Amino acid sequence: MSDNQDKGREDRRTFFAQVSAGAALLALAPGFRLIDLAVGKNDDEPASPDVRWGMFVDTTRCAEGCTDCVDACNTEHGLHGFDRPQTDAQWIRKLDLEDDQTGQTWSLPMMCQHCESPPCVDVCPTGASFVRDDGIVLVDKHTCIGCRYCMMACPYKARSFIHEDLTDQRPHSPRGKGTVESCNFCVHRVDGNRLPACVEACSDAGHKALVFGDLNDAESTVSKRLSTMQTTQVRDDLGLNTAVRYHGV
Amino acid sequence: MMEAARQRYRTLEIDAGKYWLTLAVLGAAIGVGLLAAYYMEHHGHWVTGMSNQIVWGMPHVFAILLIVAASGALNVASMGSVFGEARYKPLSRISGLIAVALLVGGLLVLVLDLGRPDRLIVAMTTYNFKSIFAWNIFLYTGFVVIAVVYLWMLFEPRMGRFSSRVGILAFVWRIVLTTGTGSIFGFLVARNAYDAAIMAPLFVAMSLSLGTALFMLITCAVLRMNNEDVAGEWLLRLRRLNGIFVAVVLYFTIVQIAAGMYVAEHGEIVRFILSDGGATTGIFWIGQIMIGTVLPMILFFHTRWAEMRWIMTAAMLVVIGGVAHLYVIIIGGQAVPMELFPGKTELSSFYDGVVAGYTPSVPELLLGLGGIAVSLFLIVVALRVLPFLPAAPAPQKPPR
Repeated sequence: MSDNQDKGREDRRTFFAQVSAGAALLALAPGFRLIDLAVGKNDDEPASPDVRWGMFVDTTRCAEGCTDCVDACNTEHGLHGFDRPQTDAQWIRKLDLEDDQTGQTWSLPMMCQHCESPPCVDVCPTGASFVRDDGIVLVDKHTCIGCRYCMMACPYKARSFIHEDLTDQRPHSPRGKGTVESCNFCVHRVDGNRLPACVEACSDAGHKALVFGDLNDAESTVSKRLSTMQTTQVRDDLGLNTAVRYHGV
Repeated sequence: MMEAARQRYRTLEIDAGKYWLTLAVLGAAIGVGLLAAYYMEHHGHWVTGMSNQIVWGMPHVFAILLIVAASGALNVASMGSVFGEARYKPLSRISGLIAVALLVGGLLVLVLDLGRPDRLIVAMTTYNFKSIFAWNIFLYTGFVVIAVVYLWMLFEPRMGRFSSRVGILAFVWRIVLTTGTGSIFGFLVARNAYDAAIMAPLFVAMSLSLGTALFMLITCAVLRMNNEDVAGEWLLRLRRLNGIFVAVVLYFTIVQIAAGMYVAEHGEIVRFILSDGGATTGIFWIGQIMIGTVLPMILFFHTRWAEMRWIMTAAMLVVIGGVAHLYVIIIGGQAVPMELFPGKTELSSFYDGVVAGYTPSVPELLLGLGGIAVSLFLIVVALRVLPFLPAAPAPQKPPR
């Protein structure tokens, strides 16, 4: 329905010259953008409260057994495991569901839902867990004391504690033993007008199950998807207003 | 009315060899606990039984045991100062001391288990006031300050007239403190095992029960070392009171479980505790209910068991039961998987949908026991240098 409408339209926007100079428009299909580059920012610029980054997950396009998004995340952030699945960090995981009554199955990625009212931020004693102005939930690795209260509080089991020394870290994604971490929507990429690694990988694989963009921009593809397709928030009973919305489950 | 004879106090008057040996043993236990903490921090927490599923383990069981017991250990002082029970007044000093010492021991365990204990200064200077943890930092440090001021007033005759006011403040503060500790769990919306306001009064009740039990154990032990008569009226009263506190904990536990049974979404956690939880179920029925509740209630309430050794046995059982109870709350509560999609079976590489396993590791246990040793060490040293312990009234001089 709306896909067809989208395809039928050639829609390009004018970008702020100073912000997006040199950035290439990620046109994945005619009229189909996964990110709205106009709201990217320079390193010395604060995040804009006018923006709220979010993600649309189309579970009908998410292939069972495919872990491209997970692999891309692991590569992007240097999350190589130690063959200790109980303590190895996972920022995004594939969740396979089966309806207890009907036997219907789903496969979908689960990660930090970047809530508007995140329980992890509420409980963090030092304020290390915080919501950036553009809605991305982050952990300040310098003030995290490793109490793990946020892990107790997160309804999505989205957080990992670093249980050992790390090597081969990515400069853009610093991590530290004894602190907690989770999906950060690839904030370094988003600030550089690029898509989160998982979204890019899903698109490269041809599934296009993940759409990323500005929820506050009515013209963004993600907003259009959310306004035209039925979606749910996981644990919507908690009233957290998640920035990740799922279609088809 | 005749003025009561002025209460005399003594230090711990054991011989020097025994004193230093006690300190050496406790010091060794503290040293081992510190080494365990260093081992955990140096290698990282993967060497413990804790994981991304069970994020809080045995150190938290021990730490919370000591913290809630600290609050309850002040009961006796409160009864003297707040409720005007004169017979408990001679025990106020040791009550305050045990409370401070237990809290310090518990906090040390909590801090040494942090992923970054070196950032304690961050925790003490950077606050998120919406966090119950942050409130608790103030509640705990405030409690120590109030208890120390209270002790000063008990020691300093000129300040004695303020002691009951400070006693009231300490009483209110410790109820708030245990409410805060219970709310660490009670306000966790994510997990069905917690997310209930009853966690606060449950923890208050646990603190009264555990604190009274530990108070009786420690006080009787040190009074005996001083060859003081311990089988006084106060002990029989505390015995009965501890029985009531155990019953109150049982009451809140029953209400909590009954509510869980009624609400379908809480069914899994209740089944896990009562029947399907393997070790956790065993720890609940044998540790918490049999050892920690039924046996002590029989020993505390039946006149046949009113002897000293049975009172001490019952108090010890209460403490063991408290460890079991906290294990069921903390470990059991995390073991049951969170339901992201109710009515659907969940499976992932991150242990979604499966009961999380946990085996306490030796370093965790040693750290916890080290915390208890810290508390006892502080108590022994303080008793040695300051007159905390009541002495039997001096024989009355015959009237001239």
